[in-house]
Amino acid sequence: MYAAFALVIGVVVGLFLHPTVPQWLAPYLPIAVIAALDAVFGGLRARLDHIFNAKVFVISFVANVVVAAFIVFLGDQLGVGSQLSMAVVVVLGIRIFGNAAAIRRHIFKA
Amino acid sequence: MRVTASRITVAGLCAVLGFAGVIQVRSTAAGDTLAAARPDDLVQILDGLQRREDDLNKEVVDLRATLARLRSSGVSSAEALAEANRQAEALGILAGTVPAAGTGVAITITDPQRRVPPELLLDAVEELRNAGAEAFQVGDVRIGVDSAFSGGGGSIVLDGVALTAPYGILAIGDPPTLAAALAIPGGVLDTVRRAGGTMGTVQSQQIRIDALRPSRKPTYARPAGG
Repeated sequence: MYAAFALVIGVVVGLFLHPTVPQWLAPYLPIAVIAALDAVFGGLRARLDHIFNAKVFVISFVANVVVAAFIVFLGDQLGVGSQLSMAVVVVLGIRIFGNAAAIRRHIFKA
Repeated sequence: MRVTASRITVAGLCAVLGFAGVIQVRSTAAGDTLAAARPDDLVQILDGLQRREDDLNKEVVDLRATLARLRSSGVSSAEALAEANRQAEALGILAGTVPAAGTGVAITITDPQRRVPPELLLDAVEELRNAGAEAFQVGDVRIGVDSAFSGGGGSIVLDGVALTAPYGILAIGDPPTLAAALAIPGGVLDTVRRAGGTMGTVQSQQIRIDALRPSRKPTYARPAGG
């Protein structure tokens, strides 16, 4: 519950502060956001499975973001940045769908 | 205590996620995606734009050429239209289908003894035409290429319309020339006098001929090419 509140607070702060994305962060931010979304959906699923662990969540969140950003960075260095970021988005998208399906089964029993 | 700290961390991460998501959405919506795009993508976008620019430039050239062509044809067709209008006016005066105005003479022939024959009016018109008159009106009838006087003395018929004395003739041309043409010895004036009538000639700078002839469409004749 408090996590959802914190999410809303983050959104509101972002709406009111009008921050600009730093140049060096711009290519990685979208991927990092999707990786974090994946972690959040995973955490939600774990919570519904009653196996939620804050430590696991924090580590998976940070690791997801860092690995995703690193893969994109590596792809940029190798000259396949757009292809690799597409691959990351596809993989994370599949994971999000899987987690969302599990959450759906928990909530709607279907 | 441990639970609270981990909760704070989880909440902080969620807040960071919301914050980052919002600023990413905003920067995408603001349209500065090009600033964050990779060089490869930028090159491709630039290529596409250059191809599109080439296409559009070619289109501009084509359309300019079309515009120039249409303009020149518009000018020449406007000239042709003006020339056709001038010709139609000139022919309309000859055929009697448009009103005419200008310098000329107004002639009045009286016929108290009803002895003025149709030939005399025909002579008068021919004489005026020889003297350069360009448009005629006798009574209320416009003289055209197919006008005909008929009937007899005192009951002259012009193109099917009965004329009554005194006969009025309007002619447009050079007034002194027209007046002189009628007054030559043995001419119209003498003939009128012999028939017991009188003829008055008024030279005017402003003769207006309002009577019109219906325009006729040729039944058999067609313009021949060339």
